[in-house]
Amino acid sequence: MSPTATELQPQNYKTDEHPIWCPGCGDFGVLSALYNALAGQQINPKDLVVVSGIGCSGRTSGFVKSYGFHSVHGRVLPVSLGVKLANPELTVIGVGGDGDGFAIGGGHIPHAARRNPDMTYVIMDNSTYGLTKGQYSPTSQVGHVAGSTPYGNIEQPLNPLAMLIAYGASFVGQGYSGKPRELADLLQKAMAHKGFAFVNVLSPCITFHNTYKIIPPKLSEVPNDHDPSDKIKAFALALQTDRVALGVFYQERRPTFEEGVAQVIAKAQAAAPPRLDAIFAEFA
Amino acid sequence: MGVDYVFRVGGEGGEGVISTGEMLTVALARAGFEIYTFRTYPAEIKGGHANYQVRASDALLLSSGASVDVLLAFNQEAYDKHIQDVHPGGVVIYDADSFTPPPATGSLIFYAVPLSSLATEKVGIKLTKNIVALGVCAQLFDLPQQTFQDLLKEKFARKGDAVVQKNLLALQVGIDYIKAQKKIDTIRMGVGPRKTKELVLSGNDSLALGAIAAGCRHYAGYPITPATDIMEFLARELPKLGGFVVQTEDEIAAIGTVLGASFAGKKAMTATSGPGFSLMIEMLGLAVAAELPAVIVNVQRVGPSTGMPTKTEQGDLYAACYGGHGSCPRIVMALSSVEDCFYGIIRAFNIAEQFQMPVVVLSDASLGHRKATVPVPDIARVPVIERRTPTAEELKSYKRYAFTPDSISPMSVPGMAGGGYVSEGLEHDEGGYPAASNHENHLKATKKRYAKLAAVEAISNDLVRTYGDPKPEIGIIGWGSTEGVIREAVQMATDKGYSVGALHPKILYPQPLAKLRQFISGCKAVIIPEVNYTGQFATLLRKRFAYDFIQLNKCIGLPFTPKEIFDKIEEVAQHVAHGHRAPAAKL
Repeated sequence: MSPTATELQPQNYKTDEHPIWCPGCGDFGVLSALYNALAGQQINPKDLVVVSGIGCSGRTSGFVKSYGFHSVHGRVLPVSLGVKLANPELTVIGVGGDGDGFAIGGGHIPHAARRNPDMTYVIMDNSTYGLTKGQYSPTSQVGHVAGSTPYGNIEQPLNPLAMLIAYGASFVGQGYSGKPRELADLLQKAMAHKGFAFVNVLSPCITFHNTYKIIPPKLSEVPNDHDPSDKIKAFALALQTDRVALGVFYQERRPTFEEGVAQVIAKAQAAAPPRLDAIFAEFA
Repeated sequence: MGVDYVFRVGGEGGEGVISTGEMLTVALARAGFEIYTFRTYPAEIKGGHANYQVRASDALLLSSGASVDVLLAFNQEAYDKHIQDVHPGGVVIYDADSFTPPPATGSLIFYAVPLSSLATEKVGIKLTKNIVALGVCAQLFDLPQQTFQDLLKEKFARKGDAVVQKNLLALQVGIDYIKAQKKIDTIRMGVGPRKTKELVLSGNDSLALGAIAAGCRHYAGYPITPATDIMEFLARELPKLGGFVVQTEDEIAAIGTVLGASFAGKKAMTATSGPGFSLMIEMLGLAVAAELPAVIVNVQRVGPSTGMPTKTEQGDLYAACYGGHGSCPRIVMALSSVEDCFYGIIRAFNIAEQFQMPVVVLSDASLGHRKATVPVPDIARVPVIERRTPTAEELKSYKRYAFTPDSISPMSVPGMAGGGYVSEGLEHDEGGYPAASNHENHLKATKKRYAKLAAVEAISNDLVRTYGDPKPEIGIIGWGSTEGVIREAVQMATDKGYSVGALHPKILYPQPLAKLRQFISGCKAVIIPEVNYTGQFATLLRKRFAYDFIQLNKCIGLPFTPKEIFDKIEEVAQHVAHGHRAPAAKL
């Protein structure tokens, strides 16, 4: 954007497509925070790619004026990596739910975290499968009664923040859809972060797992004196499951995937001429 | 007949059998001969039996050959396994320190060379017994010794001069030892007739080079035998050209990364084998629905499941054509020779980009790991085609999946102002908006995707090769890596006076129906040889033609020999001569 151009407003990121979510769904709060964060960062829609998976949250790519990729269930991160690999200049935001990200797609998270592509990954965590009408999910509590756990869930829930810190994500934060202004601030920090920024957003499902009364009393802020570069303290904060802290848990600056790629290319090109005939000659 | 000899090296896996064979191959190629290799190796990293075969000739080679002229056996097992393949009058060079063959039978010629003790006593390193053996071959068969010396210098340069000198010494020890013996065979290679430089490439090398020539700069993959060396080749070469290889966490991530890169406007590829291909199939469907160009190589091995990972089969054709849910048109192509790997993969990229579809390219273990001499590729021979992007006018009211007369919709690239859209796996309308409850739209969208398949079928008739009698009584339809052996079998049969011709489509889905119809209608019988159990291509063709194809199937993890196909031709020729098995059905 040139300085004389009109500033982009949140509504500039809205599409004509109306969200299909139930009235009162937490995802509306996440979407509104996303519009505000994009405007805050003045991301040009032509250079923005929103990659989404399958589930209620997966429809987000259709609601943001940008390029979008509504992929298959659980594969937000590989598709996002391919986009960044092909064009590091693009802003990539990956969006999915707790089932998409932590269940079917869970195998990709450690590898995205350690590769550190410069992208933001937003999980809209409602601890249920909304689109298939309410089964238990990887973040459901023990005892949770749902369609597929009529006698109560017997599996311990994942701790997304502890998991991402342990996997080596370079930015780990948490927000709540009921606090969209704070969430927009957090998303801006995540977008401004150079590297893989993970944001877990508690986003209640009003129809199949209504937590609007359960979450607010547990909410707290990441303490003012918390040092996000301290991995041990970030991990301790993530392990406090009786309270739900909002804010930036962990952040470090380390080389991104794209920076690594550029280094490899420079190294290879310093040693050999970048020509096809030179490669042919190796096999003569 | 000029020079045409088959050399086979056999011994313990992990002890340099493969590298001995490879060095012999490059030396023969540089000496001006055409070469054609075949190798089998154990699934274990060390131990088990390994062997490497190279055929060298002063004329073009189409197969790995019928019998062995020279067997280099490092141990008893190699001798026992391969001696029956050595033809009468053939030469056996063996490590006399390792074993003593039973009393000579027939007219075989033996050279007992104490390879291990020569290496231990005269070089000081037992492992150099392979290089001693190369020296023996160089001297015995009158090959240019300078070529071997240069090769050793190149191969060991990185390990320092001391290592280079030890290996040169080992070569000389072999030369000197055999020079002192009486030559009792008649094989003299000298130098070959070819003066121009050719490349020595495996099928996998050639494919990777072709991908680079096609403009592919991004690759994502997961290690799997026998496809891994494509990834390693590109990991080394792509960064020189500004590209990169990602080794992903699994094959699902590999194809996901390829689709992401393709969406962002770049040509991208992945290569795998059967198990990995099975994992990719859901996202193959995504590429069809979202109309994304992508090239997916399957270097087939024996299945099902883990199967025989290092052995060859043509068993994934059904999976390539039909794997996945829904009405899901994709393109399937097959590579037929080391040289064809280069040009074939460029054609695959061209079709993927032009029609915005995934193209599955089938190779196999026997082709991927076989080395051959090929002329330096002419990159002008297959012009590179790029995808259609929207014009400034089209961007004013852009619809990503617009219904167009040729069913190909201009594809914008992130970064283009006005080109924003959602690449969709949900059924969608022209604008890319979800239309999961619009029944009429689903039919229109499906028709659009199949119309592209029909357009590819129209050009597929240019993607066939024919050889032998142009109006044959007995026809052969082959696909993929069997081209060379079929061609050689056709030649053998033609020399015996049979009317035989072959047709070899390079594209299997859609099929070049016009060419196939024309070919089949002129034949009295058609044989379809395939390295699989059920005859997958024959089954596909039976859905197209009511015709009594004769199948020839081999399913032991090894490629056909020309003789196996020739024998079938002879058998069918007898039946045809007696009026049996003539095709009854109309085309």
